[in-house]
Amino acid sequence: MIHIENLYKSFGKNKVLEGIDLSISEKGIFAILGPNGSGKTTLIKSILGMVIPDSGTISLNGNSIKNKWNYRNEIDYLPQIANFPSNLTVQELVKMIKDLRNLHGEDKQLIELFKLSPFLNKKLSNLSGGTKQKVNLVLTLMFDSPLIILDEPTTGLDPIALLHLKNLILQEKAKGKTILITSHIMSFVEEMADQIVFLLEGKVYFKGDIKTLLTQTNEPNFERAIANLLTEQNV
Amino acid sequence: MFKILKYSFFDLIRSRWSYVYLFFYLALGFVLLFLNNDLSKAVITLMNVIIILVPLIGTIFGVMYYYDSKEFTELLLAQPVKRASIFLGQYLGVAISLSLSLLIGLGLPFILYGLFQSSAIWDFVLLLVTGTFLTLIFTGLAFNIALYNENKIKGFSYAILLWLFMAVIYDGLFLMSLILLEEYPLDTFSIGATLFNPIDLSRILILLKLDISALLGYTGAVFQKFFGTGLGFLMALSALALWVALPLLNIYRKSRKKDF
Repeated sequence: MIHIENLYKSFGKNKVLEGIDLSISEKGIFAILGPNGSGKTTLIKSILGMVIPDSGTISLNGNSIKNKWNYRNEIDYLPQIANFPSNLTVQELVKMIKDLRNLHGEDKQLIELFKLSPFLNKKLSNLSGGTKQKVNLVLTLMFDSPLIILDEPTTGLDPIALLHLKNLILQEKAKGKTILITSHIMSFVEEMADQIVFLLEGKVYFKGDIKTLLTQTNEPNFERAIANLLTEQNV
Repeated sequence: MFKILKYSFFDLIRSRWSYVYLFFYLALGFVLLFLNNDLSKAVITLMNVIIILVPLIGTIFGVMYYYDSKEFTELLLAQPVKRASIFLGQYLGVAISLSLSLLIGLGLPFILYGLFQSSAIWDFVLLLVTGTFLTLIFTGLAFNIALYNENKIKGFSYAILLWLFMAVIYDGLFLMSLILLEEYPLDTFSIGATLFNPIDLSRILILLKLDISALLGYTGAVFQKFFGTGLGFLMALSALALWVALPLLNIYRKSRKKDF
């Protein structure tokens, strides 16, 4: 599905991606992990075409994405920090995104699920962080695209919303979609992810399932295994 | 692109500033006509205001809108929309709403004062056309400045400097070079130098149309000879059109390469 070859990107002197090779062909949930500044968001934004790589190729279903925009019809993306135009109401924003994508979108169920109805006519600048994140989730998950990219989806969510989110992700997985998630909550990743992609210093340091990670690092649990990957590098 | 244009336009129509700008022109038009009580005289006074003020408003609104809609832009970039159409759509949204404020704000008082019965109608139309051109040009330049500068303060400072340069400093330099080079024939030089500044270009266009180019002295005579003919007029208009097109092309080029 996604094929990335030799991807390089630097911002000024700061080299962020230094030769990423990654191939995701299966369906299921992939967690992209790595310490702060390891290039997770840059990688995701490169796939979306928001960041233009210095060199290397990204292809989606066999087609290079360079200078294209149509392929974004196949992607639902949840940005990390929910920055919305502040003078729109929630309802207007939902309507606008549907209009831009020319799709209907299943927003009603999601709005009900996250109990957003009282906020529909409120301006986005007046919402709390958690509510904004719920709106963000509605905007992302109301469409039915084969690839879903979630950048830190758990930020600011209360326990009930988090539970709903997990169920939603599992439902999408059951439909046979590919889902990329970045998160710093290890328990969340351990519970949800089928495969781990671990980025370190701009390269893919580990790719495989949790079981392989545990045997490779010789650690009893996932959190320690990740910590092991990080400290190993420091030694 | 038209969807983006639509949303930007409605967003701006709802903002307070568009109305402030509209009411300012309405007030200006009525006050001038009340004081002058003569359409052609009011046109001359208006020219002096428009030629300085329209570029200033265009630049400030342009950078302000770009920085203000940063979140909106980021949201759009992840959607299946062409990059260039995001920026061109936003640009047109700003430029069109500013032009409309100008056209309605000045048009209304003049029409009420009997513009259609007056001989000054074409002078006034030319004034509005150059005003619209200046809006398009300076909003485009402002978008360019904002695209190259992540830092808001820097972007604003450059935008103000650009306006100051075009509206004030350029004329000073032009005059000084005329004095320094007075021994040489300066016809071509002065025409060339005028083409490089859209504000000068608009001013001369209007002055020539108003037939008061005698006020311009030697250069006025040169311009009269050059611009006075239909061909010269056309050339000046194409120069203005080029001033609109070039910043737009650069917005298109730069927006394809920028990271967000």
